[in-house]
Amino acid sequence: MGLDDNLAQEVGQNTANDAITVTDLHKSFGTLEVLKGVSLTARKGDVVAIIGGSGSGKSTLLRCINFLETPSSGKITVGGEDIEMRADGSPANRRQLERIRTRLAMVFQGFNLWTHRTLLENVIEVPVYVLKIPRAEAIRNAKVLLDRVGLGDKADTFPSFLSGGQQQRAAIARALAVDPSVMLFDEPTSALDPELVGEVLTVIRDLAAEGRTMLLVTHEMKFAREVASHIIYLYEGLIEEQGPPDEVFGNPKSPRLQQFLKTVGW
Amino acid sequence: MELLSLSPPGWGGNLLRGLVNSLQIAFGAFGLGLVIGLFGAYGKLYGGVVIRDLLGIYTTVIRAVPELVLILILYYVGTDLINKAAEAMGYGRVEISGVVAGIWVLGIVQGAYSTEVLRGAIQAVPKGQMEAARAYGMPALLVMRRVTIPAMMSFAVPGLANLWLIATKDTALLAIVGFSELTLETKQAAASTRAYFTFFLAAGALYLIVTLLSGVVFGRIEKWARRGQPSLRAGQSR
Repeated sequence: MGLDDNLAQEVGQNTANDAITVTDLHKSFGTLEVLKGVSLTARKGDVVAIIGGSGSGKSTLLRCINFLETPSSGKITVGGEDIEMRADGSPANRRQLERIRTRLAMVFQGFNLWTHRTLLENVIEVPVYVLKIPRAEAIRNAKVLLDRVGLGDKADTFPSFLSGGQQQRAAIARALAVDPSVMLFDEPTSALDPELVGEVLTVIRDLAAEGRTMLLVTHEMKFAREVASHIIYLYEGLIEEQGPPDEVFGNPKSPRLQQFLKTVGW
Repeated sequence: MELLSLSPPGWGGNLLRGLVNSLQIAFGAFGLGLVIGLFGAYGKLYGGVVIRDLLGIYTTVIRAVPELVLILILYYVGTDLINKAAEAMGYGRVEISGVVAGIWVLGIVQGAYSTEVLRGAIQAVPKGQMEAARAYGMPALLVMRRVTIPAMMSFAVPGLANLWLIATKDTALLAIVGFSELTLETKQAAASTRAYFTFFLAAGALYLIVTLLSGVVFGRIEKWARRGQPSLRAGQSR
């Protein structure tokens, strides 16, 4: 997300440097309109943190980007390529969507590791079966990644035998295994015991530092301020305020954001 | 005891031949049932209104009617239809092999039960497992093969083991259409020798052996399917 808010709002200005552009995204569940026209841009290397109260639509926004939820209308552009949509918002080109999804790695609130596979098998699954990388090479990469998140000795363990923090770190290794152009974090620490939050945030912080492009839905305000290059505050399906972290947290203009920050104990 | 010897005048060979026929049909029917069940379960879960309704009728009717009646209906109606079709296409009457007919008839019955077992198992898999697969760009069939089916196995195996045991014993019902499986062979041997007790006890023992061996096999399958899941028994979590 650029520092200039006007640029973010601008439509159709995709350059090669834009990793993700969301344009006027609407999403309704039945009669309930959850997203009422959200636009944002993340350039390469940006860390965009999306904050907001419960029901503000922040998770839905993230899940619409890779079409886990079908948007009602709007446009999603990944690396300069528009995801083809039908008039009702459903994906028009399955193969294109699947190809784009392999470049967007999602980390879920509930980890969603495949429980019938070991950590190593989880990490090599997508490289081997979707990206068709030779198994031996995938295993080599996976071991490096598991080492990196501190789970090198747990490669042959099944997820259910690990703590939430370990599972989430493994899920991050699985995400890194596809060498994604954008990582989508959907409240990655919300399901964790407080003492396990830190180890996951440390991994994410390292990724931000090395210039990974990320969209991060989070309740960890301190963390968002520290790692994000841009903050988006969603309120009832619309961007209520956005800007650089120091501005949004240090000098919030919207009364709703001020209220929200007070509620979460900022 | 010489009545049970494998070579004539003993009837043991006949019994074993009957057992082999029974197992052949049970295998075939169980396998066909699994295939029907998998399509049925996916159809019920993800199909359109028409497919869902048709499958609903299928599972309801098959599970409502006694299996003996179903076997009579499917066997006679089925062979009749095939012959009519053959005649219409200019062929003569076709001889339908008992094994093939048995597999089809029992397979259709098994399919109805399998549909429900597998549907329940698929629904028991946490939604996030499939969601993660989709989020990483897996096409639907790959999700099914790599995630849904392996993940649902642990939920499906106990129910499928039941279905397999039912399949082995339902083969006995095919005696009514004159198929020489274990029960019919036993009846014939018993009637010819008047040694009813000996032969039916022997047949019972054969069915029991099949069940015990099946238990061992399914135990292994279940252990494999449950890999990665902590045991419910305390202290055995690893």
